[in-house]
Order: sequence, then structure tokens, then C-alpha cells
Amino acid sequence: MPTFVYMTRCDGCGHCVDICPSDIMHIDKTYRRAYNIEPNMCWECYSCVKACPQHAIDVRGYADFAPLGHSVRVDRDEQKGTIAWRIKFRNGTEKNFLSPITTKPWGTCIPQLADVAGPSKEMRDSQLLYNEPKYVRMDEGGLHTLQSNGLKMKKGVYY
Amino acid sequence: MFASNPFAEVSASISPAFMQGYVIAMFVLVVVGTLFDVVHKGSARYFFENARRSKREATRPVEGGEKMSIAAKTLVVDVLASGEFCNPRRRIAHLLGMYGFVFYVLATAVLVFNPAAGAFWAQLWWVGGAMVCVGGYWFWFFIRVDVAAEGRSPLRVMKADLFILSMLASATLGLAWAWTGGKLGVLFGLYILATTVLFAGVPWSKFAHMFFKPAAAFDKRITEANGWAENLPTQTRDDPEQRKRHSMELLQDAPMDMGLGIKREAPRHY
Repeated sequence: MPTFVYMTRCDGCGHCVDICPSDIMHIDKTYRRAYNIEPNMCWECYSCVKACPQHAIDVRGYADFAPLGHSVRVDRDEQKGTIAWRIKFRNGTEKNFLSPITTKPWGTCIPQLADVAGPSKEMRDSQLLYNEPKYVRMDEGGLHTLQSNGLKMKKGVYY
Repeated sequence: MFASNPFAEVSASISPAFMQGYVIAMFVLVVVGTLFDVVHKGSARYFFENARRSKREATRPVEGGEKMSIAAKTLVVDVLASGEFCNPRRRIAHLLGMYGFVFYVLATAVLVFNPAAGAFWAQLWWVGGAMVCVGGYWFWFFIRVDVAAEGRSPLRVMKADLFILSMLASATLGLAWAWTGGKLGVLFGLYILATTVLFAGVPWSKFAHMFFKPAAAFDKRITEANGWAENLPTQTRDDPEQRKRHSMELLQDAPMDMGLGIKREAPRHY
């Protein structure tokens, strides 16, 4: 289901216009507020919803997890480094999620790729991607498992 | 020039009673236009329905004293300091335009109804007009979302520009007319025309935002206080209980202020 804008909340800052990957969030010619110019082309990526500083954009969730009368809202708090979701079902059930979106202050850990040595011919000819995480590699003794990495499966849901 | 009443010269040709009647007519146009706007767009009905929903979904009641405190906070932060804007440039431009317009209109009314008003009011008229011009042109040419975020030409005009353009025209032509001697002539005619469009165009312009934006800000603060928060998440990392969650494990040692992410850059990547 596509996005829609609460016109009383929008202050026309342009963050959604800037971030929309489909370029379908634009500014209304009468009220200078944002609106979705082509709902059919919206793939519900939530980029605009998360970027809106006024929480003025909302999305109707898919019927399989949030049928009519539901609400799925999100707050991406950059300064705290978290994203929070609140899902209300029409039977009154409510679920709240809080997760990190960064573990270090923004902009402090940008890889300085210009300072990294270039790949050798052997590395270029290999099947592996540049800087491929070691956990997906199969050439160091087989498949990585929780056990082989000294981790344990915890029971239950931890949200 | 800045200390004398700019309307003194023209009052020799136009009777003061006619000028006062014009100011009253503009005031009436704003009231009628705003009421029409409220009925036509259904904004009052929206706010009442939202208030009823907010009360129904509330998890805790917001009583009279707390409501008064929220109203005071809305007045100080959202209305007087334009706290809604997250972009500091937009906020400064809005403050310049807002206070400039208030000074300009107030001083105009005082100078028309009391031609003997002191130099203070004449200076306030000039300062107000200049503030409107500085904030308005800055907004129009550089900050306006169509220009800044959509990459449109600053000279592209659309219906949403009626308010800002008529306000800028009124202040600019008013100052230019007073600067050139304040006589009856073409400049004065254009100044009156722009001012009439500004106040008579309320139903078609965003003039009415002055009245419904404070209502929206108050409404938002009430929903946050009563726990509904318009269904937005209320759990944050500030709460020590939430920091104990399994999902927050990676942020155990992280600072509480991570700085700005995408907001480090202005939204102008068109």
C-alpha cells in the first residue's frame, strides 16, 4: 500500500522529495506540502516515512500482518542511533520494537578506501568479492555455524 | 525620512477616514477569508474529530493545568520561536518574515489611525518591511522547497506562491514608495494593489496557515502527552528499561548522542 501525507503535519522541508528512490514524492503546487504523485509506483520502501522529521508520512501496512483498522508507524531516531516500530492490530494487540541503526556515531567510521592496498592479481581472479566478510567464506574449514564461532542459540524472542 | 509618518504626504490627497476604512476592510477580508477557508477545507472539523479520537485513544488523561502548560509551550516554542522547523535556515527566514510582517502591519495600522504617532512607529514600519524583504527574498530565491529540494527555477510561479509573492510585493512596493517621497502615484497604486491581493486572497493563499498551524502544533503536543502519540512509537533509548532489551545489546557502550546521520546534508540531491 502506498504512502500518504498528513497535510497538517508536513512543513514542506523536502527530505522525502530528496530521498524517494522512485522520485514520486513531490511538492504540491497549491499548498507547498509533500504528496505522493504516483501511488501505483510506490514500493513501500519506507525511506520517506523514516526521513520525515515531522512524522507526517504514513503507510497502510500489508493485509497479511496488519489488516484493516491497524497501524504501523516508525520513528527513526538518528541521534539515539535507533529505529522504533509500533504496530497496533485491530483487536487491540500492540507490538513495539526498538533496534539499532548504527553502533558508532555517524560519520566516524567511514572506510578510507583510498588508503587500502589494491587487490593483487590472485585476488582479482578469485571468486570472492572484495572485502567479503569472513563469515560467508567456505574456504576456511567449511560452513560457519554458531557452534564453530563459540556462540549459543538463545531460546525465546528477545524484542 | 525614517522617523516621519510615511502616510503623512498622501493624507493630503486621500482623506484619513478613507485610509482607515481601507485598513478596516482589509481586516474584515482576513476574518471572512479565514472563516471561508476553515469551512471550505474542513480544517476545524478535522481538528475536532482528531481531538475526539485523541481522547478516545488516550492512555492517560490530560487535565486542565497540564493542558494550559502545553498551550503555553505551544505558544512559546511553536508560535513565537517557529520551533516546528528542523532546518535552521528556514526557521530564521520564517522568524524574519513573521515578526517583520507583524511589525509592518501593526505599525501601518497605528500610523493610519494616529497620524501623530511617534517616530518609533515609523521606524518600526521600516524595520518590519525590511525584515519581510530579507526573510522573504531569502526564502523565495534559495530556501523554497521547489528550488532547494526539487531543483526548480526560482522564477517558476505557482498557486502556492500567492501569499509569499503578494506579501513581498506589498512590503517592497511600500518601502520603495515611501523611499521615493510617499506621494500619490504609480508606486502607491501598485502598493495598494499588492496589499489588497495579500489580504483579499486568503481563501486561495496559505495566509490561513497563521491560524491552523498553532492548532496543529497544540494538537500534536496533546497527543504526545496523553500517550496516543498518533500511534507513533514511544519507546526510546532514553528509558533505562529499554536499554536492557536484547535488541539494544550492540548499543550498550555507545554514546547517547550519535550525532546527525542523513540530516548532516541538506535535502538537495536532485
